[in-house]
Amino acid sequence: MAGTRAKPKQGSWTLLDLLDQAPGLAVLSSTLSELVDEGAPVVALTGDLKYSNGLVRFADRHPDRFWNMGIAEQNMVTVAAGMASTGVMPFVAGFASFLALLCCEQIRTDIAYTKLPVRLIGHHAGITLGFYGTSHHATEDLAIMRSLAGLTVVAPTDAPMLSAALRASVRHEQPIYMRIGRGREPDVYAEGDLEQFAFGKAIWHHRGADANIIATGSMVFPALRAIEALESTGLDVGLLDMHTIKPLDEDAVLEAAQLAPTIITVEEHNVIGGLGGAVAEALSSRGTAVRLRRHGIEDAFILIGAPNALYAHYRLNADGIAAVVREEVER
Amino acid sequence: MTVPSVLALEDAEDPIARIDERARWIRREVIRLIAIPKVGHYASAFSCAEILATLYYGVMRLKRGEPRWEERDRFMFGKGHAAVALYPILADFDFIPAAVLNEYTRLGNPLGDHPDMTRVPGVDFSSGSIGHALSAGLGMCMAARLNGLDFTSYALLGDGEQHEGQVWEAAMSAAHHKVGRLVAIIDRNGYCLDGPVDDVMTIEPLAEKWRAFGWDVHEVNGHSVPELLQVLRMLSMREQPLRPAVVIAHTVKGRGVPFMESEHGWHLGFLDPEDERRALAYIDQPELS
Repeated sequence: MAGTRAKPKQGSWTLLDLLDQAPGLAVLSSTLSELVDEGAPVVALTGDLKYSNGLVRFADRHPDRFWNMGIAEQNMVTVAAGMASTGVMPFVAGFASFLALLCCEQIRTDIAYTKLPVRLIGHHAGITLGFYGTSHHATEDLAIMRSLAGLTVVAPTDAPMLSAALRASVRHEQPIYMRIGRGREPDVYAEGDLEQFAFGKAIWHHRGADANIIATGSMVFPALRAIEALESTGLDVGLLDMHTIKPLDEDAVLEAAQLAPTIITVEEHNVIGGLGGAVAEALSSRGTAVRLRRHGIEDAFILIGAPNALYAHYRLNADGIAAVVREEVER
Repeated sequence: MTVPSVLALEDAEDPIARIDERARWIRREVIRLIAIPKVGHYASAFSCAEILATLYYGVMRLKRGEPRWEERDRFMFGKGHAAVALYPILADFDFIPAAVLNEYTRLGNPLGDHPDMTRVPGVDFSSGSIGHALSAGLGMCMAARLNGLDFTSYALLGDGEQHEGQVWEAAMSAAHHKVGRLVAIIDRNGYCLDGPVDDVMTIEPLAEKWRAFGWDVHEVNGHSVPELLQVLRMLSMREQPLRPAVVIAHTVKGRGVPFMESEHGWHLGFLDPEDERRALAYIDQPELS
């Protein structure tokens, strides 16, 4: 397991230096570039965010396969659908808030309903844009995207998994919504850990006898730290990385229910409709009796604050997650 | 009847000098506030400093300390990422306590990168998602007509914002419904996030587009307070206007700090203390630049 984190930049800096602060996003460009080199029909589109998502590097390597569509996201999404109908595979990157919320109807009608292989990359998801405020947060995207028939919904954990998911997407027929953070999340996986990566196949880090956490995306790393801290206090808490929200790995959820009496889902998302909602649906439809705590944003809009201050406030860091687990286990 | 800004009437004998001074003060405040989170949109704020100063200190109908006065003119900040330039004005008008500025972006503070009407008195509508502002301003004017009010809604839009389809939906419907008290101001600084607006997605011919949508179009130097004051006061004093108006304000992104004017990366960034001193020197002594 790796554990690298981007170093904060010293001195004055501008937009043009952002990529060096976001190694997790550099993988988006490098993997897509490699896929083009390997012969995949990949093209990329963004709307005036090529520095924010790093696609500037893809554009430099494959200028004929990159389009900047301006700050006009709805047009961009339907353009991608049109491109996909001709046999190319468009990757559309934008802030998750605007891609999943502003373009919801275009995604439903032009991509999900049409079953076109567009890959939507919603970056800076959750509350990673901190004090940019509610307009820039996406704590609803999993719930919305999960309700669109035929759309695969994935939240890669870190940069290595983003790369693995992008590679897997080339062999995936359905449209995909991929939710990622701001590229500064520490790596959970090392190269070689993800050779078996497949959409819909969750990854066990540890099977717990006292409780099990099911986490997704950015929450896997702090959940891992939380179970380590809890272990030192004598609690055996497991961790399941549920990187694919839809289709959900229901067998893994049921295994978690059999291992221990308590499941805690952890997501950087409203507790309604996302990972917690999906797990609750799976458990109840199988008639499973287990205590389920859905941990995330409690159906609220977010305070102003820097990302790390918000993670602490909403108990979405290692200490906060450990405290929530302890509350449930000691009930 | 439309009256000029209540505050303008309180103001000094030379309103142009007063507004120019406020524009420099806004730039200094922007630098002070962005030093708190160590990241922010300096250049976008600097390009609209004279526009904001002219509106608030020379044009808009406002009452000090009464941010919810129903007859006030409304202001929509379409390019909401420059809100850091608005917050000091709101404190200066006693709409928010000045001390709140000192905690800009800190956990639980009402002031974030984008303006939030649910948290900040004086913010007439929240923004952050580019393209909504003109529609919100249009709605306010339509309701004003219903309620017998004659306030003007000013929507300050970015030039990159012209990319958004919703801007043109609002433009079409404002002309159709003859909402003459809607005034759009376009901060035509030439740059969006990825570079020159017209390289990313051209918006020209901009004036012809707005004319074709049924709007009165005016073009000014957006750093010239006399030009801004002349056209915005003229628009504010029209009797029974039937056509919405747009002012294309030609500006320079990063205006006032030469090393920002020449580098588009300053759309987002951070000034270390040494560069901050350089920037403040340029702002205080514009003859240096």
